[in-house]
Amino acid sequence: MNGTETGYAVTLTDLSKRFGDFVAVDRLNLQVGRGEIFGFLGPNGAGKSTTIRMLCGILPPSGGSGTVAGFDIGKDAEEIKKNIGYMSQKFSLYEDLTVEENIDFYSGIYRIPAIKKRERKEWVIEMAGLREHRSSRTAILSGGWKQRLALGCAILHEPPIIFLDEPTSGVDPISRRNFWDLIYHLAGQGVTVFVTTHYMDEAEYCDRLGLIYRGELIALGTPEELKTHQMTEEIVELFCDHPQDAMGLIEELPGVRHAALFGRGLHVVVERAAAAVPAIERKLADAGYTAVQPERIIPSLEDVFVSLIEARDRQEAPQGEFSR
Amino acid sequence: MKYQRIKAVAKKEFLHVIRDPRSLMMGLAIPMLLLFLFGYALTLDVDRVPLMVWDQSNTPASRDFVSRFAGSRYFSLQETTDNYREIERAIDRRDTLIALIIPADFARRIETGHRAEVQAILDGSDSNTATIALGYADAVTRGYSQEVVLEHARRTGTDATIGQLDVRPRIWFNSDMISRNYIFPGLIAVIMMVITALLTSLTVAREWETGTMEQLISTPLTGPELITGKLVPYFTIGIIDLILSVLVGEFFFDIPLRGSLWLLFGMSLVFLVGALSLGMLISIVTKNQRMASQLAIVSTMLPAFLLSGFIFPIENMPLPIQGITHIITARYFVTILRGIYLKEVGIDVLAPEAGFLAVFGGVVITLAIRKFRKKIV
Repeated sequence: MNGTETGYAVTLTDLSKRFGDFVAVDRLNLQVGRGEIFGFLGPNGAGKSTTIRMLCGILPPSGGSGTVAGFDIGKDAEEIKKNIGYMSQKFSLYEDLTVEENIDFYSGIYRIPAIKKRERKEWVIEMAGLREHRSSRTAILSGGWKQRLALGCAILHEPPIIFLDEPTSGVDPISRRNFWDLIYHLAGQGVTVFVTTHYMDEAEYCDRLGLIYRGELIALGTPEELKTHQMTEEIVELFCDHPQDAMGLIEELPGVRHAALFGRGLHVVVERAAAAVPAIERKLADAGYTAVQPERIIPSLEDVFVSLIEARDRQEAPQGEFSR
Repeated sequence: MKYQRIKAVAKKEFLHVIRDPRSLMMGLAIPMLLLFLFGYALTLDVDRVPLMVWDQSNTPASRDFVSRFAGSRYFSLQETTDNYREIERAIDRRDTLIALIIPADFARRIETGHRAEVQAILDGSDSNTATIALGYADAVTRGYSQEVVLEHARRTGTDATIGQLDVRPRIWFNSDMISRNYIFPGLIAVIMMVITALLTSLTVAREWETGTMEQLISTPLTGPELITGKLVPYFTIGIIDLILSVLVGEFFFDIPLRGSLWLLFGMSLVFLVGALSLGMLISIVTKNQRMASQLAIVSTMLPAFLLSGFIFPIENMPLPIQGITHIITARYFVTILRGIYLKEVGIDVLAPEAGFLAVFGGVVITLAIRKFRKKIV
C-alpha cells in the first residue's frame, strides 16, 4: 500500500501531458528511490513544472501513469496529497498574514495534533531563522526567508516525499547554500526529495539527475555518471590572452565542435582530445600565442548538458522553441 | 469535512478581511452608505406640492376654498397672481407645480346652488408627481363640495345625507402611507444581495491569481472544507450588515419593525447562504477577480434593483418579465422583509418564499462545491 512492493517513492511510466497540440511532457519513464535527492534539470519550458504538478496530483496526466508513495497519480491523487509536501515556484505564502499565522494555517490544514503543533511550529521558525520575525507580515520578508518558511509550511506534517519546484530561484547564494544543507538534513532522515532546478551547482548536490528537454528525458544518472559516460565528445580547457580571438581560430580546426568562454579560459568541445590538443597548440602557436597548454578535463555538468541538448537539436529537425 | 481544517480556513480568511481596508469598506461602509443615500433620497411621497392661486372671485367663499388647500399638508401656497403669464413662468421655472384658477362667479354660483368649476393647471412633465398632486387636489375639492352640498341641504331643509355613500378608506400595515416604510425593508434586501455576492466573488479567484491555490490543492484540504471555511467570515459580515441596517432603520428612519426580529434574522441566514454561495460559485468558475466582480455585480445588482419589486411593482411588468422575476432571489427576500417589517407576518405566510431561498441556497452551494476542482486545468 505504501510503495513497499516497489521500494520506490516515485515511479513514472510513459507519463505524458499535452496542452492542445503542444506536448509538454513526452512519455517519461523514471524511478526515484526512497531517501534519494533527485534533481530534475532542464531549460525553462522543458516540462519540469508540468511533471511535478502531475506527480502532486494537481494536474491530470494525458497519458501514461505514475505512482507516488505507492499511490496512483490518476486514481488516488487525494491519498498522495496526504503523503507529500509541495512547494511551488512562487513560495505561495499569504503575504498579509504573519509568519506564525501562515504556519498555524497550514498546521490546521494538515491537522497536526495539538500536542505536536507547538513543537512543529518552533521547528519551522528555528529552521527558517525567523525567531525575531515571527510576528512580521510575510510580505516584508526577503526571498531566502520566504523560501524557508514556505518549505517549513509544506513539510509541517513530516511527509515522506517532498516536491520542490525551483525552490531557489530569486534567492541569494548564502540562502541557497543553507537551503541545501536543510535538504540534506531531510534526506538524511529518509525523506525523498524531488527537486527541479536550472542551477548547475545545485545539480551537483543531487544524488541522481534527470535531464529533461522539450518534454523528453534525455539523460539520467548520478552527476558522476553523467560527467564521465554521457558525453560522446571530450572537453579541452585552455587559458590564454584574448580568448575571444583564439576561439575563432580554434573553431576552424577539424574535429572541433564548439568553443566557449569559461571563466578566464576556454572550453573546447572536441571529438577526440588526443588529436585536438596538439592541433590547438600548433594553431595558437602559429598565431603568436604562447604557453597556452590545452588540457583534457572532466567535463562540468554544464558542459554535459549543453552538449546533450545541442546533440538533441542536431538530431531532430529544428522545431519551434516553445516555452510556457 | 474536518472541523480543524474548516477552522483554519475560516481564521485565515478573517485575517484577510480584517487586514484589507478595501474589503472592510466594501463589506461594511458601502452598505451603510447605500442605506443612508437611498433611505433619504428614495421617497415616492409627494409632499407640500408648491401651489399658485389666481383668485378671480376674491370672496369669503373662494378664500375658504383656497384655505383648504393651504391648510392641508399636501400643498404649500407659494404665491397668488392675477394673470396666466406668471403662472406659465412659475411652472417653467418649477416654482410651482399646480396652479388653481377660481373664476369670478365662483361664490355666486355656489350660493345659488349651481355647479361651480375651478381650473387646475399642472406641470405634466413630471407625470408621476402631477398625477399624485391631481389626486390630492381632487380629494380636497371633493371634501369641500360635500360640505357645500350638506350646508345647502341644511338651509333648504332637506336631508341630504340620505342616499349618500360614505366611503371611509382604512389603510392597513403602513397606515400613514409613508413610502420609506415600504422601500426600506426592500433596500436592506437589495444591498445585502449585491454586497455579499460581490465580497465572496473575489475570494477564490484571488487565490488562483496569487498562486496560493496551487499550494492549497496539493494539501488534503477538500473542496467542501475550503468553501465552508471561506463562507464563515463573509457570513459574519452579512450578519453585521443586517444588524446595522435594522439599527439604522430603527433610529434614523423610524421604520417600525412590527414582526419578529428572530424571524428576520433566521430568514436572513437562509438568504445569506444563497447570496454568498452565488459569489463563491462565480469566483470558482471565473478564477479571475476582475471578471468575477463584474459578473457578480451584473448578476445581482440589476435583477435586485429592477426585478425584485423593490421599487417597480412586479404586477405592472409585462407578463414574460413577471415570469423572470420568479427566479430572482432578491424578490423573495424583499417580500419576506416587507412582510416581517410592515405586516408582522410569521413563517406560516412566508413559508413559500423561505422555501425558495432554502432551495436556491442548497442548489448554489452544491454547484459551487461540484465546480471546485483540486486540479489545475
